[in-house]
Amino acid sequence: MQMPDPSPRILAKRERVIARLAEVLPKGAVISDPDETRAYECDALSAYRCPPMAAVLPATTEEVSAVLTICHQEGVPVVPRGSGTSLAGGALPTADSVILGVARMNAVLEVDYDDRLIKVQTGRTNLSVTGAVETDGFFYAPDPSSQLACAIAGNIAMNSGGAHCLKYGVTTNNLLGVTMVQMDGTILHIGGPYMDAPGLDLLGVICGSEGQLGVVTEAWLRILPKPEGALPVLMGFDANEVAGACVADIIKAGILPVAIEFMDRPCIEACEAFAKAGYPACEALLIVEVEGSPEEIQDQLRRIKDIALRHNPVEFREAADEDQAKRIWLGRKSAFGAMGQINDYMCLDGTIPVSALPFVLRRIGELSKDYGLAVGNVFHAGDGNMHPLILYNANKPGDLERCEAFGADILKLCVEVGGCLTGEHGVGIEKRDLMTVQYAPQDLEAQMSVKDVFDPQWLLNPAKVFPLANSASRRFDQGKEVAA
Amino acid sequence: MMLEPASEAELAEAIQSTPSALHIVGGASRGLGGSGSRPLSTRGLGGVKLYEPGALTLVVGAGMPLAEVEAQLAAERQRLAFEPADWRGLLGTSGLPTVGGMVAGNISGPRRVQAGACRDALLGVRFVDGQGQVIKNGGRVMKNVTGYDLVKLMAGSWGTLGVLTEVSLKVLPAPETVATLGLSGLSEARAVEAMTDALTSPYDVTGAAHGAEGTLIRVEGFAPSVAYRTEHLRQRLSRFGDVVVTDAADRSAALWKDIRDVAAFHGKPGAVWRVSLRPSAAAGYLADLRQGGTSPEVVMDWGGGLLWLRMSGDAEAGLVRGALAKTGGHATLIRRGAADGDIPIFHPEPAPVAHLSAGLRRKFDPRGVLNPGLMG
Repeated sequence: MQMPDPSPRILAKRERVIARLAEVLPKGAVISDPDETRAYECDALSAYRCPPMAAVLPATTEEVSAVLTICHQEGVPVVPRGSGTSLAGGALPTADSVILGVARMNAVLEVDYDDRLIKVQTGRTNLSVTGAVETDGFFYAPDPSSQLACAIAGNIAMNSGGAHCLKYGVTTNNLLGVTMVQMDGTILHIGGPYMDAPGLDLLGVICGSEGQLGVVTEAWLRILPKPEGALPVLMGFDANEVAGACVADIIKAGILPVAIEFMDRPCIEACEAFAKAGYPACEALLIVEVEGSPEEIQDQLRRIKDIALRHNPVEFREAADEDQAKRIWLGRKSAFGAMGQINDYMCLDGTIPVSALPFVLRRIGELSKDYGLAVGNVFHAGDGNMHPLILYNANKPGDLERCEAFGADILKLCVEVGGCLTGEHGVGIEKRDLMTVQYAPQDLEAQMSVKDVFDPQWLLNPAKVFPLANSASRRFDQGKEVAA
Repeated sequence: MMLEPASEAELAEAIQSTPSALHIVGGASRGLGGSGSRPLSTRGLGGVKLYEPGALTLVVGAGMPLAEVEAQLAAERQRLAFEPADWRGLLGTSGLPTVGGMVAGNISGPRRVQAGACRDALLGVRFVDGQGQVIKNGGRVMKNVTGYDLVKLMAGSWGTLGVLTEVSLKVLPAPETVATLGLSGLSEARAVEAMTDALTSPYDVTGAAHGAEGTLIRVEGFAPSVAYRTEHLRQRLSRFGDVVVTDAADRSAALWKDIRDVAAFHGKPGAVWRVSLRPSAAAGYLADLRQGGTSPEVVMDWGGGLLWLRMSGDAEAGLVRGALAKTGGHATLIRRGAADGDIPIFHPEPAPVAHLSAGLRRKFDPRGVLNPGLMG
């Protein structure tokens, strides 16, 4: 993965830019010592690293505006950063950039249960949004697996999903309004504490724009009353096709579980060895979770069981109590850790039409043999969001490159069958160069023209999302000063 | 003369070569105006491209009549969960509403409180921009964060950024049954309280409205579950008065269709506004309007977060929008009154936001040929 060369013009004025930033921020909020900027050299896509020129940690929207105004005047690229949990390199800096971290902005600004709303500063972590309302019986629905650490700012930038989005949607479906600072320092309020926004749906395009249109500092989020309860069931099948057919039949029967998770044999075996959750040895395993009162749960589970039994499961396991429910989830929740025990891994998140599942899994198996790299699949089966985990050895020369080539082939396959490159992690740098597989030049041009409107100088997170060749003509004058 | 391209390529050609501004028409049932002189219809762009009930996915040509889509879904016991409204009665129009028009207007109904708006169910679009370029965004899968979400941007852009040719939608199972709980005689403030009480319960309420038929709360799902939740809600709401439960599914459907289509206003004169605001601000806002000297007929939906107002007096736009300065929110002029002149249909945006919107329109339609002036 290539990143643009740093601008000599910018590196030459490093000291001045840092001094100007220090003028508008409190002591300690500008980090420029190379020993300290290293903390910001990568996100969770740690194969790629580059310390930024400086990192700043503003505490208010006004400070964000002051920082961006200076960087805009100096022509310095800014890379916004939530908690740095991006798996796609969304927060990877360049040597001539300033990292703008929102971590100090983590307050809850307003909670309104009657209107089912919470307003937070975006440095707040996903889980702590729910944490702020759960004792009163509410929750914030999007639940990415990094929810303990990831920030709402990053969730908005990547339009994060989670295991329960089949029922509750992803970030964009739960975001009502934002305070955002544009690259030139302009502070905007878009949407607000109501169910729709006037005019063009700018909020819709800001969400998922990977920090390229503005820095979102505050967000109005929808909160929901917690369901009375939830319970999973586990079922094992002797073929991926059968598990896939079972999922389709559950959905066609009008049942809408909150989660349908799918694991294939390599993943089941790895999880079993690691977590000893007692999973059956089989080709495909489904975990289906439903919500409601105890009676409602039992009614739905009865319907699901009727359907599952028609597909001759090798195992159908219900949870009699909380402890058994936890055991059902145990293996799935430790899937990434289990794979990590075996080796380094790369996790992809291409999405496919659910009907293409058996074909795609078979093809991934064939590719795995061709590349000589093992792969395990966990999968949000209700919405087609795959998570192939490719195992490789980072210390073995050439292995990372082979793994990336394998990953690219899987993502191309996802697009071929009618799906997309990324369902929840975002493009970042990881899938940037594959965008031409999914989109024609005019499709990418239309997207880039949106950035032209929000950030005409292309200074916000400029080397992400779009292949460098496509965005090159727009990134030409970085480092050039703009009149105040 | 009406342009009626029979394919996406013909549509692209028509836009590319148009010498004058176009007025984009789906079924002509929701026309809000716009200064385009030449009508361009998407009627020729119909047809189901793909429907996979097991994957909850539907892809159709934008010109397909909504009624046909709904009939096909009903045959598989599925539906568009956002409950698109039919505005013909409200606007006195007679065309056949199309899927493209529904998406262009981001038209949603009472179930928006639980299932999201049209834009939330929209998975992908193909459209032709103002220069005649065919552009696609999103796709047919439920989760997709590949590049910018122009899908949302197109929903609710009323044809000003491009003419939709194909849309992919997430569909959902139709429920086995439905029940409606009704309260009568509540003041607006009390009605909002009752609706809030229902919507903050764990009973998965799919509609909360207040109008001519009283205060209505809807529950949908499998029969045992609906019975359970109805009973718990009945107890919970009994502090607001006698709760009448409508179990007959067809009667429930009729009640909610009337809310959805604002049937209370049909055949009556006066400007019609659609006001979006915090539910907790609704009663105070209405009181402010009355204090200001008007007495609109009101239908509340979305638990009070959406107000439909039929104005009694003339030229009251200043009042309707002015009173929102205090509460926040916005007002759309869905039907002009006799004296509303050229009052903008859409709520004026703050300058920096308007600047972005105008910039996007210039990018997608640099010649200003797509419904010019409609949104600003």
